[in-house]
Amino acid sequence: MTVTANRRESDLALAKVGTKEFVTVHVADQLLGVQVTDIQDVFSLKSLTPVPGARPEIAGVLNLRGRIVTAIDARQRLGLPQRPQGYAGMMAVGVEFQNESYGILVDQVGEVLRLADQEFEPNPVNLDSIWKDVSQGVYRLDGRLLMVLDIEHLLRVAAA
Amino acid sequence: MDELLGEFITETNEFLETVDTQLVVFEADPTDGETLNSIFRLVHTIKGTCGFLGLPRLQFLAHAGETLLGKFRDGTLVATPDQVQLVLESIDRIKEILAGLEANGTEPQGDDRDLIGALERAAEGEDAQDSHTQNGQDAAPEPHQPAQSNAAPGQVEVAAANSTRWDADLGRELRPGEVSLADLEAAFRSATPDDENEAQAASSPNTPSDSAKDSDLPIGLGVAGVRLSEPEALIIKEDEEDIAIKGTAVASNQTIRVNVEVLETLMTMVSELVLTRNQLMQMVRNVTDSEFKGPLQRLSAVTAELQDSVMKTRMQPIGSAWKKLPRIVRDAARDLGKKIDLIMDGEATELDRQVLELIKDPLTHMIRNSCDHGLENPTARIAAGKSETGIIRLNAYHEGGHIVIEVSDDGSGLATSRIREKAIKNNIVTEEQAWTLSDAQIHRFIFAPGFSTAATVTSLSGRGVGMDVVRTNIELIGGTIDLQSTEGRGTKFFIKIPLTLAIVSALVVGSRKQRFAIPQLSIVELVGAGAASDHKVEILNSARVLRLRDRLLPLVDLSEVLGVAPNEHMESEALSSFVVVMQQSGQLFGVVVDEVFDTEEIVVKPLSKALTNVGTFSGATILGDGSVIMIIDPACVYRRVGQVEDVVEEIEADVQKSRDQRLETTSMIVFQAGGEQPKAVPLSLVTRLEELDATSFEQGDGRTLVQYRGELMPIVAADPYSTIVTSGVQPVLVFTYNGEAAGMAVDKIVDIVEEPLHVEMAADRPGLTGIAVLKGKATEILDVGHYLSLALNNWDDPTRNQPGKHIVLVERNPFFRNLLSPLLRAAGYEVEAVDTVSAALVCAEYRKPSAVLTDIDADVASARRLLHDERLSGTTIVALSGSPDADATGFASLVRKSDRESLIAAIEMASKLEIAA
Repeated sequence: MTVTANRRESDLALAKVGTKEFVTVHVADQLLGVQVTDIQDVFSLKSLTPVPGARPEIAGVLNLRGRIVTAIDARQRLGLPQRPQGYAGMMAVGVEFQNESYGILVDQVGEVLRLADQEFEPNPVNLDSIWKDVSQGVYRLDGRLLMVLDIEHLLRVAAA
Repeated sequence: MDELLGEFITETNEFLETVDTQLVVFEADPTDGETLNSIFRLVHTIKGTCGFLGLPRLQFLAHAGETLLGKFRDGTLVATPDQVQLVLESIDRIKEILAGLEANGTEPQGDDRDLIGALERAAEGEDAQDSHTQNGQDAAPEPHQPAQSNAAPGQVEVAAANSTRWDADLGRELRPGEVSLADLEAAFRSATPDDENEAQAASSPNTPSDSAKDSDLPIGLGVAGVRLSEPEALIIKEDEEDIAIKGTAVASNQTIRVNVEVLETLMTMVSELVLTRNQLMQMVRNVTDSEFKGPLQRLSAVTAELQDSVMKTRMQPIGSAWKKLPRIVRDAARDLGKKIDLIMDGEATELDRQVLELIKDPLTHMIRNSCDHGLENPTARIAAGKSETGIIRLNAYHEGGHIVIEVSDDGSGLATSRIREKAIKNNIVTEEQAWTLSDAQIHRFIFAPGFSTAATVTSLSGRGVGMDVVRTNIELIGGTIDLQSTEGRGTKFFIKIPLTLAIVSALVVGSRKQRFAIPQLSIVELVGAGAASDHKVEILNSARVLRLRDRLLPLVDLSEVLGVAPNEHMESEALSSFVVVMQQSGQLFGVVVDEVFDTEEIVVKPLSKALTNVGTFSGATILGDGSVIMIIDPACVYRRVGQVEDVVEEIEADVQKSRDQRLETTSMIVFQAGGEQPKAVPLSLVTRLEELDATSFEQGDGRTLVQYRGELMPIVAADPYSTIVTSGVQPVLVFTYNGEAAGMAVDKIVDIVEEPLHVEMAADRPGLTGIAVLKGKATEILDVGHYLSLALNNWDDPTRNQPGKHIVLVERNPFFRNLLSPLLRAAGYEVEAVDTVSAALVCAEYRKPSAVLTDIDADVASARRLLHDERLSGTTIVALSGSPDADATGFASLVRKSDRESLIAAIEMASKLEIAA
C-alpha cells in the first residue's frame, strides 16, 4: 500500500507543474480523459471483425487506412454493461503501444480540455480495483470528475 | 559500427563462403589451377583489406593462409587433404573473429599462434605431413607408450614429434596446433632480431613482438596442427550453369548492394498499394459506367508488375543457402570415415530471402542427418552391394507457387521395425495401433518430439531433437515436410514451402456468417457435403466423419475450432456445408465450413500481441472490400482434430469388431452387359466409373484401347455376347492395379448394393466367379482377375476347387483382400479377411482356422508373429507375396498372389494335413 501511495504522490508532484491537454471521451455515464500526446487518431467505427477466442475486452480487428488495428472495448475493460445497440456508431481512439496499433472503443468523443495540474487528484482509495488499475487519477471539473485513462495499463493487460 | 567495417564484414563473409566451397572442390582435384587461383585471390583480398582497416589478427591469419596457398600455386607443394583441412581451419578462425568483430566492432581477444604456426610449418614443406597422414592410425598420440619402439625408419621423425605432444605442465595431451609452455619459452629465448622471415616482414610494424612469436614458434613444434584422420574422397558436382561460384566476378558490376531494410520497406509499401488497388477495383466494379475504369485498369497492371519486380528483388537462388553444405558434408565425411558425394540440382531456383534464411538451419540439419544416419559406412555399403561412396542429392524446383526441396540419400533407409518399437516405447502409439499403421505412417514418427532411433549419440546428430525441430521450423513458415523411405534403398525427404511469406494464396471461407482465410498450401481438396452431394457427413457418437472415397476423414467444424459453436445448428448445417480437406503433418482431415467464397492473394499482416495468444490465427489480412479477416493457422486446426481423431479411431475399431461378428457384407456394383441378367463386381475393386466417347477408341494389338489420363488403357467387354460400342457413349468400369488401368465395357450401370455375398453356384466358365443373389435377383459375379488378365495379360486363369474349411486371410492391401476372398469363398472356403496380424490373432481366438494366408510383402516382421503365437499353434501358415523369391523361411509355403492355382493347392494341402492330424 505504501509503495503505491508513494508512487502516486511522486506522480502528483511531477504533475504539479503547468497544465496538460486531454481529449474527453464518454464511456457509459463516465467522463474519461486521454492525454493528447498519447492519441494518434480519433475515428468512428465502421466495420469490426470479431476475433473468436480472444479475450473479452478485445472487440475485434479493424482496417484503419490499410493498417490492422486491434480494438479494445473500454466498457468491457472497465466492467461496464454492453451497449444495447452493440458496437454500431461507436467512436475509437487510436493509440500506439509497443509499435502496434490499438483502438479504444468509446461511446462518444467530447472535446479537448487544457487542465491545470492543481486540479489533479490521485485515485480515491475506495475506487474499484479494475478502475484503479487503468486510472492515473482524477481531475475535478465543474460539477463532475474526469478520470484520466492510463493507456499503457489499459493495453498491457490486454496484450499480456 | 563504422560503415566501412560493416561493408567489409558483409563482403568478407561472402568471400569466405565461396572459399569454403572452392577449397572442397580444390581438395578433390589439387591440380585444378583455376580454382586455386580464385581461392588465392580471395584470401589475398581479405588480407589486404584487413591490413588497411587495422585488423591484425585477421591479417596475420589470412597472410599465413595465403603463404601456404601460394606454395600450392607455384607448384612447390602439392596439396594434401590435411593441408586443405588446415586452410579450412584457418578460414573457420577468420569467421570466428569476424563474428566477434560484427558483435563488438573490434577484434575479439585471442591467440592464433597455433594456427599460424601450423600454416607456416606446412608452407615450409614439411614432408613429415605426408608420412604422418599415411601412418596416421598407428602414430596417433599415445603418451604412455611412445611410438619409437616399433617405428619404421620413415616414421622416426613422426614418432619423435609425437613424443613431444604430451605436456607435463598442462597434464594432458596437446591439442592439434597447441604449443606446450616449455616450447613457448624456448622459442621466446631463441628469438633474435635477425630471425625475421617473410611473415614478419609483412606484419604491421606496431606489433613486432607478436609477429616474432608467430614466425619463430613453429620451428620448435613438429607437426602440430595436423589432424589425424583418413583421407576421404569428396566430389562436388556443380551444375554447369551454376554461376554462383565461377561467375561472381562477371556478375558483380551488374549489381549494387542495397540494405535489406530498404527492400523490406519497399515490399510493405507495395503490399499496401496492392490492397488499395483491390479496394478501388471493388468500388469501381459496382459502377457500370465509370470514367475511372480505364486508368484503374492501367494502375492495376502497373501495380501487378511492380509487385512482381519488388518480389524479384527479394528473391535469391536457393544455391546461396546451399553454399555451406559441401563443406559440412566434407567435414562430416571426414569425421565419420565415410565417403560421400553431394549432388546439387536446381540451385538457381529462386525464393524469398526471408524464407531462405528460415530454411537454412533445417536443411543443414537434414544434410547432417543424412551423412550420419542415412548413409552407411563404406564396408557396410560394399556388403550391401552398393558403391562405396554414398550419394546425398539435393534437388529444388518450383511447383505451383511453392518450392519443393528434396533431400535424398541412397543409404540404409529407415528401419521401420525400430521406429515402431521406439514409438511404442515412447507411448506415441499403443502396440495394437502400431501394427495397424502403414510403413509410411510409422516413418512419420521420426518427426515426433524427442524421437531418435540412432543407437548411439554422435557429435553430429542422434539426440532426438532433430527432425521434430526441422518439422516445426518448416511448418512455421507454412511449409510441409514428408518422407519416403525404403529399407536398404535410402530415404527421400520432401520439403514444400511457399515462395514468399508476404503474399500467400488463401481460400476465403465462411463460418457462422464470418469470413476466414485458410492458406491454400494446406488445402488438399474441397468437398461439397450438402444433402444433394454424394458425400455425406456422418455422425458417429458425436464425432463427425466424412466418407471420402475409401477412407473415413475425421471432421471438425471450423466454428468449433474457433470456439463459437452453438450446437443446435448441428443438423441444419449438416445439410448444406462444405468440407475443406486439409493436410498437416501428413494427416488428412476435414474442416466443415458453411460457405466457400473465393481464393485470393492475400497480404499477411502480423497480429498484435493482444491477439497472438489466441493461437488459432496466424495473421490477419485486408480483403479487396476493405474488411479485415483472420487467417486460420492450419496447425492449430490439426491439433483440434487430433482430439477428434481418437474418437474416430475408436469407432472404426468398433465398427470393425461388429463387422467381424456379423456376416461380412460386400458392396457390389451391379450392371448389365450382353443381356438382361444382372452382373456384378465388388465395388472396392473399381477405381472409377467413366462414360467414354466411343469415337476415341482405337484398335491395337488386337485389343480396344483408349487414351485415358495420358496413358493407353485397354478395354475389354464384360461379356462375350456384348460388344464395345463404336459410336456414342460407352460406360466403362475402370480398374487399376500397379499403376496400370484396364477398362471393362458394360451396357448399363444399374445399382450399387451392399449385401452379404454368398456365391451360391460356382462358375463353370472363365471370367465368372459364380452366381449370387443380390437384391433378390440371381446375379453373375464376375471375376475381375480374369478381365485384368485379358486386358493386361499378366493374370492366370481361375481354377475350381473342392470345399475346405475356415481360412484367415491377412492382407493389408484392400485390392488383394477383395480379390482373394471372393475367390476363396467361391472355392468353398469360409474366409475371414482381415488387414492386420493382430486382427487375425483375434479371429483365431474365437475359432481356430485351418489355415492362415498372410501377406509378407508389407511387413514380414509382423507376419512372423503368426508363426510363434500359441493361438495358432498347429495351424498352417502360408506366406503370400507378389514376388516368387521373397524370404518365406518358417512359413509352410510361399505362394504368389497372382498364382491362384498354387494358392488353392497350398490351402488344400493344409486342410489335408489337418485331416491327417
